[in-house]
Amino acid sequence: MTPMARMRVRLTFPTHLIQEPIVYRLVKDFDIVINIRRADVKADHGWMALELDGDEAALERGIRWLKDTGIQVDPLEHDVVIP
Amino acid sequence: MEKLNGLRCRECGRRYPATPVHVCEFCFGPVEVDYKYDVLRGVVTRESIAAGPKSMWRYKDLLPIEGDVAVGHHVGFTPLIRAHNLADELGCREIWIKNDSVCHPTWSFKDRVVAVAVTKALEFGFDTVACASTGNLANSVAAHAAEARLKSYIFIPADLEQGKVLATLVYSPTLVAVHGTYDEVNRLCSEIADKYRWAFVNVNFRPYYSEGSKSYGYEIVEQLGWKAPRHIVVPCAGGSLITKIWKAIKEFKQLGLVDGPVATRMYAAQALGCGPIVTMIKKDTDVLVPVKPNTIAKSLAIGNPADGYYAYRTTKESGGSGEHATDEEIIEGMLLLARTEGIFTETAGGVTVAAAKKLIETGVIPRDESLVICVTGNGLKTPDALYDRLEAHVKIKPSLSAFDQALADLKSQTAQEGR
Repeated sequence: MTPMARMRVRLTFPTHLIQEPIVYRLVKDFDIVINIRRADVKADHGWMALELDGDEAALERGIRWLKDTGIQVDPLEHDVVIP
Repeated sequence: MEKLNGLRCRECGRRYPATPVHVCEFCFGPVEVDYKYDVLRGVVTRESIAAGPKSMWRYKDLLPIEGDVAVGHHVGFTPLIRAHNLADELGCREIWIKNDSVCHPTWSFKDRVVAVAVTKALEFGFDTVACASTGNLANSVAAHAAEARLKSYIFIPADLEQGKVLATLVYSPTLVAVHGTYDEVNRLCSEIADKYRWAFVNVNFRPYYSEGSKSYGYEIVEQLGWKAPRHIVVPCAGGSLITKIWKAIKEFKQLGLVDGPVATRMYAAQALGCGPIVTMIKKDTDVLVPVKPNTIAKSLAIGNPADGYYAYRTTKESGGSGEHATDEEIIEGMLLLARTEGIFTETAGGVTVAAAKKLIETGVIPRDESLVICVTGNGLKTPDALYDRLEAHVKIKPSLSAFDQALADLKSQTAQEGR
Protein backbone atom coordinates (compact mmCIF):
# COMPACT_ATOMS: atom_id res chain seq x y z
CA MET A 1 0.00 0.00 0.00
CA THR A 2 1.15 3.54 -0.73
CA PRO A 3 -0.25 6.68 0.96
CA MET A 4 -3.71 7.91 0.04
CA ALA A 5 -3.73 10.72 -2.48
CA ARG A 6 -6.15 13.06 -4.22
CA MET A 7 -5.98 14.15 -7.82
CA ARG A 8 -7.99 16.53 -9.97
CA VAL A 9 -8.06 15.75 -13.66
CA ARG A 10 -9.88 16.50 -16.84
CA LEU A 11 -10.59 13.58 -19.15
CA THR A 12 -11.30 14.05 -22.83
CA PHE A 13 -12.97 11.15 -24.65
CA PRO A 14 -12.60 10.47 -28.35
CA THR A 15 -15.69 9.33 -30.28
CA HIS A 16 -14.92 5.61 -30.18
CA LEU A 17 -14.75 5.55 -26.37
CA ILE A 18 -17.94 7.48 -25.65
CA GLN A 19 -19.90 4.27 -25.10
CA GLU A 20 -17.32 2.68 -22.81
CA PRO A 21 -18.00 2.51 -19.03
CA ILE A 22 -14.73 4.25 -18.17
CA VAL A 23 -15.75 5.57 -14.74
CA TYR A 24 -17.01 2.14 -13.71
CA ARG A 25 -13.69 0.53 -14.69
CA LEU A 26 -11.72 3.09 -12.66
CA VAL A 27 -13.79 2.30 -9.58
CA LYS A 28 -13.92 -1.45 -10.05
CA ASP A 29 -10.42 -2.23 -11.33
CA PHE A 30 -8.37 0.39 -9.49
CA ASP A 31 -10.44 0.99 -6.36
CA ILE A 32 -10.54 4.75 -6.98
CA VAL A 33 -13.23 6.95 -5.42
CA ILE A 34 -14.57 9.24 -8.12
CA ASN A 35 -16.41 12.52 -7.74
CA ILE A 36 -17.65 13.96 -11.04
CA ARG A 37 -17.71 17.76 -10.67
CA ARG A 38 -18.56 18.82 -14.19
CA ALA A 39 -18.98 17.02 -17.49
CA ASP A 40 -20.28 17.37 -21.02
CA VAL A 41 -20.74 14.19 -22.98
CA LYS A 42 -22.19 14.35 -26.46
CA ALA A 43 -22.71 11.68 -29.10
CA ASP A 44 -19.30 12.14 -30.67
CA HIS A 45 -17.14 13.67 -27.96
CA GLY A 46 -17.02 14.29 -24.25
CA TRP A 47 -15.09 15.52 -21.25
CA MET A 48 -15.27 15.19 -17.48
CA ALA A 49 -13.70 17.14 -14.63
CA LEU A 50 -13.09 14.65 -11.83
CA GLU A 51 -11.70 14.44 -8.34
CA LEU A 52 -10.01 11.10 -7.73
CA ASP A 53 -9.20 9.68 -4.28
CA GLY A 54 -7.27 6.50 -3.69
CA ASP A 55 -4.05 4.74 -3.01
CA GLU A 56 -1.29 6.78 -4.68
CA ALA A 57 0.05 3.88 -6.72
CA ALA A 58 -3.47 2.86 -7.75
CA LEU A 59 -4.15 6.40 -8.95
CA GLU A 60 -1.01 6.31 -11.08
CA ARG A 61 -2.00 2.91 -12.53
CA GLY A 62 -5.49 4.21 -13.25
CA ILE A 63 -4.15 7.29 -15.04
CA ARG A 64 -1.79 5.11 -17.08
CA TRP A 65 -4.67 2.80 -18.01
CA LEU A 66 -6.78 5.78 -19.12
CA LYS A 67 -3.98 7.05 -21.35
CA ASP A 68 -3.27 3.58 -22.78
CA THR A 69 -6.98 3.25 -23.53
CA GLY A 70 -6.86 6.44 -25.62
CA ILE A 71 -8.36 8.96 -23.20
CA GLN A 72 -6.59 12.30 -22.87
CA VAL A 73 -5.76 13.09 -19.24
CA ASP A 74 -4.98 16.71 -18.43
CA PRO A 75 -4.78 18.91 -15.36
CA LEU A 76 -7.92 21.02 -14.79
CA GLU A 77 -5.93 23.93 -16.18
CA HIS A 78 -5.56 22.18 -19.58
CA ASP A 79 -2.20 23.10 -21.13
CA VAL A 80 0.02 24.56 -18.43
CA VAL A 81 3.18 24.62 -20.53
CA ILE A 82 2.63 27.50 -22.90
CA PRO A 83 4.74 29.37 -25.43
CA MET B 1 -11.43 52.88 -3.79
CA GLU B 2 -12.96 49.49 -3.01
CA LYS B 3 -13.37 48.22 -6.57
CA LEU B 4 -13.22 44.42 -6.37
CA ASN B 5 -16.11 42.12 -5.52
CA GLY B 6 -13.57 39.31 -5.45
CA LEU B 7 -13.58 36.29 -7.75
CA ARG B 8 -16.51 34.63 -9.44
CA CYS B 9 -16.83 31.22 -11.09
CA ARG B 10 -17.42 31.57 -14.81
CA GLU B 11 -19.61 28.46 -14.78
CA CYS B 12 -21.69 28.29 -11.59
CA GLY B 13 -21.32 31.93 -10.46
CA ARG B 14 -20.12 31.03 -6.96
CA ARG B 15 -18.13 33.85 -5.35
CA TYR B 16 -14.74 33.78 -3.64
CA PRO B 17 -12.67 36.45 -1.91
CA ALA B 18 -9.78 37.93 -3.95
CA THR B 19 -7.17 35.31 -3.05
CA PRO B 20 -4.84 33.16 -5.19
CA VAL B 21 -7.62 30.77 -6.23
CA HIS B 22 -8.12 29.79 -9.85
CA VAL B 23 -10.62 26.92 -9.82
CA CYS B 24 -14.09 26.82 -8.32
CA GLU B 25 -14.05 24.32 -5.46
CA PHE B 26 -17.56 23.20 -6.31
CA CYS B 27 -17.75 22.76 -10.07
CA PHE B 28 -14.05 22.98 -11.00
CA GLY B 29 -14.85 25.82 -13.39
CA PRO B 30 -12.39 28.70 -13.87
CA VAL B 31 -12.86 31.82 -11.74
CA GLU B 32 -12.39 35.40 -12.84
CA VAL B 33 -12.09 38.81 -11.22
CA ASP B 34 -15.39 40.57 -10.56
CA TYR B 35 -15.46 44.38 -10.30
CA LYS B 36 -17.84 46.83 -8.68
CA TYR B 37 -18.81 48.64 -11.86
CA ASP B 38 -21.27 50.84 -10.00
CA VAL B 39 -18.33 52.19 -7.97
CA LEU B 40 -16.12 52.59 -11.04
CA ARG B 41 -18.72 54.40 -13.12
CA GLY B 42 -18.08 58.12 -12.96
CA VAL B 43 -14.71 57.62 -11.22
CA VAL B 44 -13.00 56.14 -14.27
CA THR B 45 -13.40 58.78 -16.96
CA ARG B 46 -11.62 59.67 -20.18
CA GLU B 47 -9.97 62.49 -18.29
CA SER B 48 -8.79 60.30 -15.41
CA ILE B 49 -7.35 57.80 -17.88
CA ALA B 50 -5.67 60.49 -19.99
CA ALA B 51 -4.08 61.92 -16.85
CA GLY B 52 -2.41 58.58 -16.15
CA PRO B 53 1.00 57.36 -17.30
CA LYS B 54 1.66 56.45 -20.93
CA SER B 55 1.60 52.75 -20.10
CA MET B 56 -0.98 50.06 -19.39
CA TRP B 57 -1.23 51.46 -15.86
CA ARG B 58 -3.37 54.37 -17.08
CA TYR B 59 -6.13 51.71 -16.77
CA LYS B 60 -5.06 50.60 -13.29
CA ASP B 61 -8.52 51.24 -11.86
CA LEU B 62 -9.86 48.57 -14.21
CA LEU B 63 -7.15 46.04 -13.34
CA PRO B 64 -7.12 43.82 -10.22
CA ILE B 65 -4.34 45.78 -8.50
CA GLU B 66 -5.25 47.27 -5.14
CA GLY B 67 -1.93 48.81 -4.06
CA ASP B 68 0.78 50.63 -5.98
CA VAL B 69 2.16 49.36 -9.26
CA ALA B 70 5.27 47.40 -8.33
CA VAL B 71 6.89 46.32 -11.58
CA GLY B 72 6.64 46.86 -15.31
CA HIS B 73 6.01 50.59 -15.06
CA HIS B 74 6.56 51.02 -18.80
CA VAL B 75 4.53 48.08 -20.10
CA GLY B 76 1.95 48.77 -22.78
CA PHE B 77 0.56 51.84 -24.54
CA THR B 78 2.14 50.44 -27.68
CA PRO B 79 1.55 52.07 -31.08
CA LEU B 80 -1.73 51.68 -32.95
CA ILE B 81 -0.57 52.25 -36.50
CA ARG B 82 -2.76 53.25 -39.44
CA ALA B 83 -1.57 50.73 -42.02
CA HIS B 84 -2.14 52.66 -45.25
CA ASN B 85 0.18 50.52 -47.36
CA LEU B 86 -1.26 47.22 -46.17
CA ALA B 87 -4.78 48.59 -46.70
CA ASP B 88 -3.86 49.59 -50.27
CA GLU B 89 -2.43 46.14 -50.91
CA LEU B 90 -5.56 44.41 -49.60
CA GLY B 91 -7.96 46.90 -51.18
CA CYS B 92 -9.33 48.10 -47.84
CA ARG B 93 -10.27 51.51 -46.53
CA GLU B 94 -9.07 51.36 -42.93
CA ILE B 95 -6.65 48.90 -41.38
CA TRP B 96 -4.84 49.41 -38.09
CA ILE B 97 -2.03 47.39 -36.56
CA LYS B 98 -1.95 47.20 -32.76
CA ASN B 99 1.76 46.62 -32.39
CA ASP B 100 2.80 44.79 -29.22
CA SER B 101 5.96 43.57 -30.94
CA VAL B 102 7.48 46.65 -29.28
CA CYS B 103 5.95 46.13 -25.83
CA HIS B 104 8.45 46.93 -23.08
CA PRO B 105 10.43 45.08 -21.75
CA THR B 106 10.37 41.70 -23.55
CA TRP B 107 8.65 42.49 -26.86
CA SER B 108 5.37 40.67 -26.55
CA PHE B 109 1.91 41.22 -25.08
CA LYS B 110 2.84 38.76 -22.33
CA ASP B 111 4.44 41.70 -20.52
CA ARG B 112 0.93 42.99 -19.84
CA VAL B 113 -0.29 39.84 -18.11
CA VAL B 114 2.97 39.18 -16.27
CA ALA B 115 3.22 42.76 -14.94
CA VAL B 116 -0.21 42.30 -13.34
CA ALA B 117 0.59 38.81 -12.01
CA VAL B 118 3.92 39.83 -10.47
CA THR B 119 2.47 42.98 -8.93
CA LYS B 120 -0.33 40.86 -7.48
CA ALA B 121 2.20 38.30 -6.21
CA LEU B 122 3.91 41.08 -4.25
CA GLU B 123 0.54 42.27 -2.92
CA PHE B 124 -0.19 38.76 -1.64
CA GLY B 125 3.28 38.53 -0.06
CA PHE B 126 4.68 35.77 -2.30
CA ASP B 127 8.46 35.57 -2.67
CA THR B 128 8.61 33.28 -5.72
CA VAL B 129 7.03 33.40 -9.15
CA ALA B 130 6.95 30.58 -11.68
CA CYS B 131 5.70 29.51 -15.07
CA ALA B 132 6.05 26.68 -17.55
CA SER B 133 6.87 28.14 -20.91
CA THR B 134 9.00 27.69 -23.99
CA GLY B 135 9.01 31.29 -25.18
CA ASN B 136 7.46 34.71 -24.66
CA LEU B 137 5.90 33.97 -21.26
CA ALA B 138 9.19 32.63 -19.87
CA ASN B 139 11.04 35.74 -21.10
CA SER B 140 8.56 38.04 -19.43
CA VAL B 141 8.26 36.20 -16.10
CA ALA B 142 12.04 36.04 -15.70
CA ALA B 143 12.44 39.73 -16.58
CA HIS B 144 9.70 40.99 -14.24
CA ALA B 145 10.85 38.72 -11.41
CA ALA B 146 14.33 40.21 -11.76
CA GLU B 147 12.89 43.71 -11.52
CA ALA B 148 10.76 42.73 -8.52
CA ARG B 149 13.73 41.00 -6.84
CA LEU B 150 11.64 37.84 -6.54
CA LYS B 151 12.90 34.31 -6.99
CA SER B 152 11.69 32.75 -10.22
CA TYR B 153 11.39 29.20 -11.50
CA ILE B 154 10.88 28.56 -15.18
CA PHE B 155 9.95 25.02 -16.27
CA ILE B 156 10.73 23.82 -19.77
CA PRO B 157 10.72 20.49 -21.59
CA ALA B 158 14.32 19.16 -21.56
CA ASP B 159 14.46 18.84 -25.35
CA LEU B 160 14.00 22.57 -25.95
CA GLU B 161 16.89 23.99 -28.01
CA GLN B 162 19.44 26.11 -26.13
CA GLY B 163 18.80 29.04 -28.46
CA LYS B 164 15.19 29.29 -27.25
CA VAL B 165 16.13 29.70 -23.60
CA LEU B 166 18.84 32.38 -23.82
CA ALA B 167 16.35 35.24 -23.75
CA THR B 168 15.07 33.78 -20.47
CA LEU B 169 18.36 32.68 -18.88
CA VAL B 170 19.82 36.15 -19.20
CA TYR B 171 17.58 37.32 -16.30
CA SER B 172 19.04 34.63 -13.97
CA PRO B 173 15.93 32.62 -13.10
CA THR B 174 16.17 29.02 -11.94
CA LEU B 175 15.51 27.12 -15.12
CA VAL B 176 14.23 23.59 -14.60
CA ALA B 177 14.44 21.33 -17.65
CA VAL B 178 12.06 18.41 -17.21
CA HIS B 179 12.70 15.11 -18.97
CA GLY B 180 9.43 13.64 -20.10
CA THR B 181 6.63 13.93 -22.60
CA TYR B 182 4.74 17.18 -23.01
CA ASP B 183 1.83 15.68 -21.04
CA GLU B 184 4.10 14.67 -18.17
CA VAL B 185 5.67 18.13 -17.95
CA ASN B 186 2.19 19.63 -18.05
CA ARG B 187 0.90 17.53 -15.18
CA LEU B 188 4.03 18.01 -13.09
CA CYS B 189 3.72 21.79 -13.36
CA SER B 190 0.09 21.67 -12.25
CA GLU B 191 1.11 19.56 -9.22
CA ILE B 192 3.97 21.93 -8.36
CA ALA B 193 1.59 24.88 -8.54
CA ASP B 194 -0.72 23.02 -6.17
CA LYS B 195 1.98 22.06 -3.67
CA TYR B 196 4.25 25.09 -3.32
CA ARG B 197 3.21 28.54 -2.19
CA TRP B 198 4.45 30.17 -5.36
CA ALA B 199 2.79 32.57 -7.74
CA PHE B 200 2.53 30.25 -10.74
CA VAL B 201 1.42 33.00 -13.08
CA ASN B 202 -0.71 31.00 -15.49
CA VAL B 203 -2.06 28.55 -12.91
CA ASN B 204 -3.00 29.83 -9.44
CA PHE B 205 -2.57 33.49 -10.53
CA ARG B 206 -4.43 33.03 -13.79
CA PRO B 207 -7.52 35.09 -12.81
CA TYR B 208 -5.30 38.14 -12.16
CA TYR B 209 -2.72 37.46 -14.85
CA SER B 210 -5.26 37.17 -17.64
CA GLU B 211 -6.88 40.50 -16.73
CA GLY B 212 -3.70 42.26 -17.92
CA SER B 213 -4.75 41.48 -21.50
CA LYS B 214 -7.68 43.88 -21.13
CA SER B 215 -5.24 46.78 -21.40
CA TYR B 216 -4.60 45.80 -25.03
CA GLY B 217 -8.30 46.29 -25.76
CA TYR B 218 -8.60 49.55 -23.78
CA GLU B 219 -5.69 50.97 -25.75
CA ILE B 220 -7.28 50.11 -29.10
CA VAL B 221 -10.43 52.02 -28.17
CA GLU B 222 -8.64 55.01 -26.65
CA GLN B 223 -6.16 55.27 -29.51
CA LEU B 224 -9.01 55.22 -32.04
CA GLY B 225 -10.40 58.32 -30.32
CA TRP B 226 -12.70 56.44 -27.89
CA LYS B 227 -14.29 54.44 -30.68
CA ALA B 228 -14.54 50.69 -31.03
CA PRO B 229 -13.46 49.34 -34.43
CA ARG B 230 -15.83 47.28 -36.54
CA HIS B 231 -13.56 44.23 -36.71
CA ILE B 232 -10.63 42.87 -34.66
CA VAL B 233 -8.56 39.86 -35.70
CA VAL B 234 -6.83 38.28 -32.71
CA PRO B 235 -4.27 35.46 -32.53
CA CYS B 236 -5.43 32.59 -30.34
CA ALA B 237 -3.22 30.25 -28.32
CA GLY B 238 -4.84 29.61 -24.93
CA GLY B 239 -7.79 31.71 -26.10
CA SER B 240 -7.71 34.23 -23.26
CA LEU B 241 -6.60 37.34 -25.19
CA ILE B 242 -9.62 37.49 -27.51
CA THR B 243 -12.01 37.16 -24.55
CA LYS B 244 -10.24 39.91 -22.61
CA ILE B 245 -10.15 42.37 -25.53
CA TRP B 246 -13.88 41.80 -25.87
CA LYS B 247 -14.36 42.22 -22.11
CA ALA B 248 -12.37 45.49 -22.26
CA ILE B 249 -14.58 46.92 -24.99
CA LYS B 250 -17.74 45.93 -23.11
CA GLU B 251 -16.42 47.45 -19.87
CA PHE B 252 -15.60 50.73 -21.61
CA LYS B 253 -19.11 50.77 -23.04
CA GLN B 254 -20.63 50.00 -19.65
CA LEU B 255 -18.65 52.87 -18.10
CA GLY B 256 -19.78 55.29 -20.80
CA LEU B 257 -16.32 55.75 -22.30
CA VAL B 258 -17.06 54.73 -25.91
CA ASP B 259 -18.48 57.05 -28.54
CA GLY B 260 -21.31 55.58 -30.56
CA PRO B 261 -22.57 52.01 -30.62
CA VAL B 262 -20.29 49.02 -30.10
CA ALA B 263 -20.69 46.78 -33.14
CA THR B 264 -17.27 45.17 -32.98
CA ARG B 265 -16.89 41.67 -34.36
CA MET B 266 -14.12 39.49 -32.94
CA TYR B 267 -12.24 37.00 -35.12
CA ALA B 268 -9.94 34.21 -33.94
CA ALA B 269 -6.80 33.53 -35.97
CA GLN B 270 -4.91 30.24 -35.62
CA ALA B 271 -2.47 28.12 -37.56
CA LEU B 272 -3.99 25.23 -39.49
CA GLY B 273 -1.47 22.97 -37.73
CA CYS B 274 -2.83 23.98 -34.31
CA GLY B 275 -6.25 25.50 -34.69
CA PRO B 276 -8.72 23.82 -32.33
CA ILE B 277 -10.56 27.07 -31.54
CA VAL B 278 -11.05 28.05 -35.18
CA THR B 279 -12.18 24.48 -35.87
CA MET B 280 -14.88 24.91 -33.20
CA ILE B 281 -15.97 28.15 -34.85
CA LYS B 282 -16.07 26.66 -38.34
CA LYS B 283 -18.03 23.63 -37.15
CA ASP B 284 -20.13 25.80 -34.83
CA THR B 285 -19.72 23.46 -31.89
CA ASP B 286 -18.90 24.25 -28.27
CA VAL B 287 -16.86 21.06 -27.98
CA LEU B 288 -13.13 21.59 -28.25
CA VAL B 289 -11.22 18.62 -29.62
CA PRO B 290 -7.57 18.83 -28.43
CA VAL B 291 -4.89 18.56 -31.13
CA LYS B 292 -1.15 17.84 -31.28
CA PRO B 293 0.45 21.06 -32.55
CA ASN B 294 2.29 20.87 -35.86
CA THR B 295 3.01 24.39 -37.06
CA ILE B 296 5.77 26.96 -37.39
CA ALA B 297 3.64 29.30 -35.26
CA LYS B 298 5.26 28.06 -32.05
CA SER B 299 4.00 30.96 -29.95
CA LEU B 300 0.41 29.85 -30.67
CA ALA B 301 1.05 26.12 -30.27
CA ILE B 302 -1.41 25.19 -27.54
CA GLY B 303 -3.29 22.03 -28.46
CA ASN B 304 -5.70 22.03 -25.52
CA PRO B 305 -6.39 25.69 -24.77
CA ALA B 306 -7.81 26.53 -21.34
CA ASP B 307 -10.04 29.31 -22.68
CA GLY B 308 -10.94 27.65 -25.98
CA TYR B 309 -14.63 27.44 -25.12
CA TYR B 310 -14.75 31.09 -24.02
CA ALA B 311 -12.88 32.23 -27.14
CA TYR B 312 -15.47 30.44 -29.26
CA ARG B 313 -18.28 32.07 -27.25
CA THR B 314 -16.69 35.50 -27.78
CA THR B 315 -16.71 35.15 -31.57
CA LYS B 316 -20.33 33.95 -31.45
CA GLU B 317 -21.51 36.70 -29.12
CA SER B 318 -19.84 39.44 -31.15
CA GLY B 319 -20.98 38.10 -34.53
CA GLY B 320 -17.43 37.35 -35.66
CA SER B 321 -15.79 34.12 -36.75
CA GLY B 322 -12.33 32.65 -37.27
CA GLU B 323 -9.80 31.59 -39.85
CA HIS B 324 -6.87 29.20 -40.13
CA ALA B 325 -3.56 29.97 -41.84
CA THR B 326 -1.22 27.39 -43.33
CA ASP B 327 2.51 27.60 -42.60
CA GLU B 328 3.06 28.99 -46.09
CA GLU B 329 0.37 31.64 -45.55
CA ILE B 330 1.91 32.52 -42.17
CA ILE B 331 5.29 33.23 -43.78
CA GLU B 332 3.57 35.24 -46.52
CA GLY B 333 1.71 37.20 -43.83
CA MET B 334 4.93 38.04 -42.01
CA LEU B 335 6.59 39.14 -45.25
CA LEU B 336 3.53 41.15 -46.32
CA LEU B 337 3.48 43.11 -43.06
CA ALA B 338 7.23 43.71 -43.17
CA ARG B 339 7.15 44.77 -46.85
CA THR B 340 4.17 47.11 -46.52
CA GLU B 341 4.49 48.55 -43.02
CA GLY B 342 8.07 47.94 -41.91
CA ILE B 343 6.99 45.76 -38.99
CA PHE B 344 8.76 42.47 -38.32
CA THR B 345 6.39 40.30 -36.32
CA GLU B 346 6.81 36.75 -35.08
CA THR B 347 4.87 33.92 -36.70
CA ALA B 348 1.79 34.69 -34.56
CA GLY B 349 1.55 38.07 -36.30
CA GLY B 350 1.90 36.27 -39.63
CA VAL B 351 -1.11 34.20 -38.58
CA THR B 352 -3.28 37.24 -37.88
CA VAL B 353 -2.26 39.04 -41.07
CA ALA B 354 -2.86 35.88 -43.13
CA ALA B 355 -6.21 35.20 -41.43
CA ALA B 356 -7.31 38.82 -41.89
CA LYS B 357 -6.37 38.66 -45.59
CA LYS B 358 -8.49 35.52 -46.05
CA LEU B 359 -11.43 37.02 -44.14
CA ILE B 360 -11.25 40.09 -46.39
CA GLU B 361 -10.88 38.12 -49.63
CA THR B 362 -13.83 35.90 -48.77
CA GLY B 363 -16.00 38.93 -48.03
CA VAL B 364 -16.45 38.12 -44.34
CA ILE B 365 -14.77 41.42 -43.42
CA PRO B 366 -16.06 44.14 -45.78
CA ARG B 367 -13.32 46.24 -47.41
CA ASP B 368 -14.92 49.54 -46.38
CA GLU B 369 -15.09 48.90 -42.63
CA SER B 370 -12.48 49.53 -39.94
CA LEU B 371 -10.26 46.60 -39.03
CA VAL B 372 -7.66 46.17 -36.31
CA ILE B 373 -5.10 43.38 -36.75
CA CYS B 374 -3.43 42.31 -33.53
CA VAL B 375 0.34 41.86 -33.63
CA THR B 376 1.47 40.46 -30.30
CA GLY B 377 5.15 39.52 -30.63
CA ASN B 378 8.44 40.44 -32.25
CA GLY B 379 10.01 38.66 -35.21
CA LEU B 380 13.56 39.28 -34.02
CA LYS B 381 13.09 36.68 -31.30
CA THR B 382 12.46 33.84 -33.74
CA PRO B 383 14.08 34.74 -37.06
CA ASP B 384 14.65 31.02 -37.72
CA ALA B 385 11.09 30.85 -39.06
CA LEU B 386 12.40 32.66 -42.13
CA TYR B 387 15.57 30.62 -42.69
CA ASP B 388 15.86 29.55 -46.32
CA ARG B 389 13.15 32.03 -47.27
CA LEU B 390 15.24 35.17 -47.66
CA GLU B 391 18.56 35.81 -49.35
CA ALA B 392 20.71 38.72 -50.51
CA HIS B 393 19.61 39.53 -54.05
CA VAL B 394 22.81 40.98 -55.39
CA LYS B 395 26.33 39.75 -54.82
CA ILE B 396 29.13 41.73 -56.47
CA LYS B 397 32.87 42.26 -56.49
CA PRO B 398 34.07 45.44 -54.73
CA SER B 399 34.18 47.65 -57.82
CA LEU B 400 31.99 50.44 -59.14
CA SER B 401 31.72 48.80 -62.57
CA ALA B 402 30.46 45.60 -60.98
CA PHE B 403 27.80 47.60 -59.14
CA ASP B 404 26.84 49.51 -62.32
CA GLN B 405 26.34 46.21 -64.11
CA ALA B 406 24.33 44.71 -61.23
CA LEU B 407 22.09 47.79 -61.09
CA ALA B 408 21.45 47.62 -64.82
CA ASP B 409 20.60 43.93 -64.52
CA LEU B 410 18.20 44.64 -61.65
CA LYS B 411 16.42 47.39 -63.60
CA SER B 412 16.10 45.13 -66.59
CA GLN B 413 14.75 42.33 -64.40
CA THR B 414 12.24 44.68 -62.77
CA ALA B 415 11.09 45.94 -66.19
CA GLN B 416 10.56 42.38 -67.39
CA GLU B 417 8.61 41.46 -64.25
CA GLY B 418 6.53 44.60 -64.75
CA ARG B 419 5.42 43.49 -68.20
